[in-house]
Amino acid sequence: MFSLDLFANAIVAGLLLGGFYAAVTIGLAIAFGQLDIVNIAHPAFVIVGSYIAWIVNTRFGIDPVLAGLLAAPLFFLVGSVIYRIYYAAFERTGQESLSGLAFFFGMMFIIEVVLILAFGVDYRLVSAGYVGATIQIGFVGIPLRMLVPFGVATLLTLGVYLYLSRTFMGRAILAVAQDRLALQLMGADPVRVKQFAFGLAIATAAVAGSLLIIIGPVEPSVGRQYIGRVFAIVVLGGMGSIPGMFIAALVLGVVESLVASFMGPSWAPAVAFGVLLLTLALRPSGLFGRA
Amino acid sequence: MNGAVLQVAGLTKRFGGFVALQDVALHLSAGERLGLIGPNGSGKTTLINCISGALANDEGTIEFEGRDITRLPPYRRARLGVARTFQIPKPFRSMSVLDNLRVPLEYAAWSRAEHGRITDEAMEMLEHIGLRHRAHVSSGSLTQVDMRKLELARALAAKPRLLVSDEAMAGLSSSEVDEILEILLALNRRGVAVIMIEHVMRAVMKFSERVVVLVAGCKIADGDPQSVVAQADVIKAYLGE
Amino acid sequence: MKISPFWVCVAAVIATGLLFTGVAKNEYYFNATYVILQATIMAVAWNILGGFTGYVNFGTAGFFAVGAYTSIALSKAWGLPLPALIFAGGAVCALIGLGVGYLTLRLKGVYFAIATLAMAIVFETLVNNWSYVGGAKGAYILTPDKHLWFDSYIEMLFMVMLLLAVACVAISRALNSSRLGRGLAAIRDDEVAAECAGVPTLRLKLISTTLMGAMMGVAGAPYPFFVTFVDPQSAFNLFVAVNAIAMPMIGGTSHWLGPVIGALLVGTMQEIITVNVSSELNVLIVGIMLVVFITLAPQGIVGLVRKYRSRRER
Repeated sequence: MFSLDLFANAIVAGLLLGGFYAAVTIGLAIAFGQLDIVNIAHPAFVIVGSYIAWIVNTRFGIDPVLAGLLAAPLFFLVGSVIYRIYYAAFERTGQESLSGLAFFFGMMFIIEVVLILAFGVDYRLVSAGYVGATIQIGFVGIPLRMLVPFGVATLLTLGVYLYLSRTFMGRAILAVAQDRLALQLMGADPVRVKQFAFGLAIATAAVAGSLLIIIGPVEPSVGRQYIGRVFAIVVLGGMGSIPGMFIAALVLGVVESLVASFMGPSWAPAVAFGVLLLTLALRPSGLFGRA
Repeated sequence: MNGAVLQVAGLTKRFGGFVALQDVALHLSAGERLGLIGPNGSGKTTLINCISGALANDEGTIEFEGRDITRLPPYRRARLGVARTFQIPKPFRSMSVLDNLRVPLEYAAWSRAEHGRITDEAMEMLEHIGLRHRAHVSSGSLTQVDMRKLELARALAAKPRLLVSDEAMAGLSSSEVDEILEILLALNRRGVAVIMIEHVMRAVMKFSERVVVLVAGCKIADGDPQSVVAQADVIKAYLGE
Repeated sequence: MKISPFWVCVAAVIATGLLFTGVAKNEYYFNATYVILQATIMAVAWNILGGFTGYVNFGTAGFFAVGAYTSIALSKAWGLPLPALIFAGGAVCALIGLGVGYLTLRLKGVYFAIATLAMAIVFETLVNNWSYVGGAKGAYILTPDKHLWFDSYIEMLFMVMLLLAVACVAISRALNSSRLGRGLAAIRDDEVAAECAGVPTLRLKLISTTLMGAMMGVAGAPYPFFVTFVDPQSAFNLFVAVNAIAMPMIGGTSHWLGPVIGALLVGTMQEIITVNVSSELNVLIVGIMLVVFITLAPQGIVGLVRKYRSRRER
């Protein structure tokens, strides 16, 4: 049953959702795309960010996005520590493929269960001025609770992209994946650079988490739905390309939205993974990835 | 009677915009000893990677014993008799030295080996290269020299008819170089053609019947060792103007 | 004729199992050991691809659940007996393993791991939307009347599982020290060098995934009869997935005994905790154990024992 109304709304919703997906994915785009660290626990960190935003919002009435930004430095530190452990245990000994993966897999469970034990399985929401309001343009409705995250996500992506391409540390991060030796000759310690990058990646999770809980209610297992999405986006966009990641995020958002609108929401989880499998089978380097 | 064991024609390999090998031609007769030299980055390892199949060449053909192997995956080439060592040894670290040799015997040399005697053959090979006393040691714990020897032994265990040795002697002492040289010469006496990539000129000159020089992906010289190293452009490539 | 200690143990285990069914009256014990045996098969299966070949499978829940749902579908359609269902579950999952492997094994190991996770979610979604097997609401399975000479159906299931577990362990052990096993280990240690040593890496990897898939399907096939109510949430549950990875990694991945030790130890511990505390705590503990073992003892318990023994020999 096709109607232009439904179609247009689905596209718009998809774009907004896709933009938000970019915020969730940017951390993985750095960790996996640049550093080859398969942080499968990244969505779990995002959920932690959501819970922190929820606590700060309900306790102190602070705007969730602000809460996310305030939590970011803390997440940065946590990320740095985790990278140190990861490096000492795996990268130095060359074990990263099997053990590194399992390490983050274990982390993912630990985080989820700790959240369940601490907060229970009830859904949590935040309240902010814009949650609930909708802008109406013709027959297309744009909920503010989607528009605000979209805006913040776009700024976040742009910010990270500019940082990586314009600053010394940013370019060092881009370089460390491609040529460790050259980086060392330039006077930068690859391990410190990677540590900084991973810290940055986890810091973005704080912001993404605050956006997530604006879009909708959150409970501990919600993170699992995003594993497929973030990897699908990184792979579809192409490893190492931030603009590619953003476009891939929009594409995924739109496809998911259309599938949910016309085939039913119970098919939505398969979309991300279906996209991922197709990309891996047909064009593994993604849309914009380095070959 | 000398048939061509290896015939490479028009080999070109690009990495994005960078041309690593340009229209390289190489001919190797059965049982011949060829030295392949050239400055760092000239494409020697890329050439071997294309010959062994680890990389796919963009243009050109590779024929082994008259058979076109250009599209064959590496394991098929190994089974036909193409073996190579790696510049930085890549042992199977979780396995013992002995098991490291069993793998090529059981796979690459499967059609040429006596299935009931694999372990014995592996032990004999270890004996020949002087690693028998380390047979049951984990290969990850060997010394540098022993690892080089194991790398070579593994290539020999594949019972090849062509062996490419990639800088097996780098950083070794004079007597160690002689050890490796003797192993390669002994192999050659059994009819195996050998391409030796080396920077240790003493070894190259002593070993090679013919020398090929590769500079920036192009072959610039191919002939008798003495005359090749006396060529002006070869000297220029190594020493600059 | 010399009989190796392994087969003596196997005979002892089977005999003990039979004795158990004759003697024990409390059904709880059969339930508990069934779960541990199921975990053992899953751990052994995972290890064939993960430990022996070096490719991580995150979609274990998918294989397990497909085995279970194949059982449900075929049981509903044609009322096939248990052995046929087990065979079918194994066969279907073997094909899936082959298929997923073929699509993704030519890429880096990392992509394979993610693709397996993808496959599990895709199957879960398919099952959720397939009303014939109950969809999201789940399906009830009636306990069959026939249970051979055993006192109850669960006792028979237990015995079936025991035999399956023994068979899988025996296969894994044979693989570990065979030519095929050495080829897999070569792939795990250095795939490029393995390829250059004549190992047909893609073919062996596919054999590995197929075998793993078959074993997991076999583990899942009797599951509907064990729980009598199956829904996607429980069949595809994460616990099965974590355990399948954590148990071999804790026990030790390069040796066939590793997953067995891991499953017995961790499985037993989990049973005790579930009964006395809560099941969330189980996941937390497994997660922590996994992370701790990987970071500090990457070779698992088997590795620790080896180190201890080699130190004593000095």
